[in-house]
Amino acid sequence: MHGLEFDIAHLLAGGLVLVSFVMLYQDRMYALINVFALHAVLLALSVSWQAYVQDASHLYVTAGIALIFKATIIPAALRRIVERLNIHREIETVVGIGLTMLAGIALVALSAVVMLRVTATADPLAREDLAFALSIVLLGLLMMVSRRNAVGQVIGFMSLENGLVLAATGAKGMPLVVEISVAFSVLIAFIVIGIFLFRIRERFDTVELQALDRFRGERQ
Amino acid sequence: MTPLPVNPVDLVLMIPLGSAGLLVMLPGYRWSARLNVLASLLTFCSALLLFVQRPAPTSYLQIDDLNIVFVVLNTFVAFTTSIFSASYIAHELETGRLTPVYLRFYHAMFQFMMFGMNLALIANNIGLMWVAIELATLTTILMVGIYRTHEALEAAWKYFILGSVGIALALFGTILVYMAARPVIGAGLDAMAWSVLIRHAADFDPALLNLAFVFLLLGYGTKVGLVPLHAWLPDAHAEGPTPISAVLSGLLLNVALYAVLRFKMLLAVNDKTFAPGPLMITMGLVSLIFAAFMLYRRRDIKRLFAYSSIEHMGIIAFAFGMGGPLANFAGLLHMTMHSLTKSAIFFSVGHVAQVKGTQKIAEMGGLSVTHPVLAWTLVIGVAAIAGLPPSGIFTSEFLVVSSTFARAPLLAIPLVIGLLVGIGALFLRLGGVVFGEPRGSTAPDKASYLPFLAHLSLVLVAGLYLPGPIVSWFQTVARMLG
Repeated sequence: MHGLEFDIAHLLAGGLVLVSFVMLYQDRMYALINVFALHAVLLALSVSWQAYVQDASHLYVTAGIALIFKATIIPAALRRIVERLNIHREIETVVGIGLTMLAGIALVALSAVVMLRVTATADPLAREDLAFALSIVLLGLLMMVSRRNAVGQVIGFMSLENGLVLAATGAKGMPLVVEISVAFSVLIAFIVIGIFLFRIRERFDTVELQALDRFRGERQ
Repeated sequence: MTPLPVNPVDLVLMIPLGSAGLLVMLPGYRWSARLNVLASLLTFCSALLLFVQRPAPTSYLQIDDLNIVFVVLNTFVAFTTSIFSASYIAHELETGRLTPVYLRFYHAMFQFMMFGMNLALIANNIGLMWVAIELATLTTILMVGIYRTHEALEAAWKYFILGSVGIALALFGTILVYMAARPVIGAGLDAMAWSVLIRHAADFDPALLNLAFVFLLLGYGTKVGLVPLHAWLPDAHAEGPTPISAVLSGLLLNVALYAVLRFKMLLAVNDKTFAPGPLMITMGLVSLIFAAFMLYRRRDIKRLFAYSSIEHMGIIAFAFGMGGPLANFAGLLHMTMHSLTKSAIFFSVGHVAQVKGTQKIAEMGGLSVTHPVLAWTLVIGVAAIAGLPPSGIFTSEFLVVSSTFARAPLLAIPLVIGLLVGIGALFLRLGGVVFGEPRGSTAPDKASYLPFLAHLSLVLVAGLYLPGPIVSWFQTVARMLG
């Protein structure tokens, strides 16, 4: 592994972690969607770099999916949903932004400690890639629990999934990566179509998932 | 023996897939319900053929000792559920809860879901198995939300979000297993194939394998419904059509648990990894006790049995966590028995809820007066699931408890407490439904009792006498699980 290849892979993966942090503190829907689009573009760059370094041309398909589907179509669809359901400013977080950021930092430290210790024998590119990927996954989870509305949670889930794609492409020669990324895209498409078709705002009065907590089916 | 002209493995996968395509196009619900039954029967027969001729594993599909019986069980329960579904769905159409268009979609999705579950069981590739479980999850989500009521959509959405997180964590674990396998086996498809992984697992990096297992247990554990990852399960069971509740409890939970067991086998081969037992024991016990207490406060009959599923999944996870030939044997037996009994109960509950027009326990008293046959099926089903002798559940629970007493008596105390609390709650709630003042509708029921009887007689027979070949199969697999 040459120094430069290694550094660029690092730069892109680190960039993804950084953008995950940026997503954590967005308080407007449109801004959040834009940052997510940036996340997807960075993922596409990172995957194509892996494709180039590993000389694995099928990974370009995964990069293409990220660029076309996640960075273009999904953000456009989400913007439409936000516009239709009129939820421009409805981002509410469960705890304050400061606390969320601190928790995020702790999660990144945790994943670095866990992954670097566990993968001491693996090759350095893969192991640091995995540490970054786990950070992105955990930050995505954090975003899902700290957002109260459905669109915010979906974006959290998609950023989590970007972390998984990063991990899968970083694992050298892993088969079925393209198939898995297609399967994930289907899943995401379903989620977005679900919000749109069932007009979660309309039917539940609000897109806030907290409304779901009120529902237990046990009240008479 | 002359080889069969077609590979039964292909049949088990292609029949559900093909009939799903056919059912999408078929307009009349009577015909599509019949075709659904026929397709499920054919799939079941081809699964039985696997006993006669077991094909060699390919790089994507395999049949081995562990999955063959799960495939047969899966297709059998799917077949009986399709019979139940035919009589259930006719009623839903009459009451207008489902329109013909949704019904067409329902039957196609049923077969598509069976395809996903069979593929997950047969897959010889950890990535393919992941995709198949995702597919099965997606189709069940669509089915849960099919009534499109406020509650159904909320239940589907909750299932969706929690299920997706679980699926995502499981994928991370899958990638880690590949990373552990690659230095030993080399890059490529072989490093994801079960049949190859298990032979080389002893040389894998133990630390990576440990971490992978934690992610896989949490990820697939969400789908198994282990506490604290169970939140989706009661809602999904209560709000979807009852045939889907039967398939969810009876099959999908088993498929997810099967995935966990496969990965546990890898850890069992590698003696430098940590013992996964304590993790599974803890999750199992917590699920058992939590669900047992939650049973007391249920007011919705389908929700009641959904919590009972969490309880039983806890017992099974506990048994496999204990490990060793006897506890593993008990776990496998319990998986089979629970699958048969719980789906039978949902068949009965489905008809009860339909004749009474409600799922609320408070509104359906005195069933033994208004619908005696239905009431007795429910009583027998509950007695079987509660583990009263001579049901098969009694045998498996007895084995779990006695093997725990022999090896770790302290763990047996919470286990027995959980079991007893659960039994008490079930009978308390059952009393409210079956006895007391007759309430609710007294309209005659048009139930089909055949699926229920088929399941319950199997459970009863297993409780009285387990045939030799089945015992030896359970023993072989129990040894494989370590």
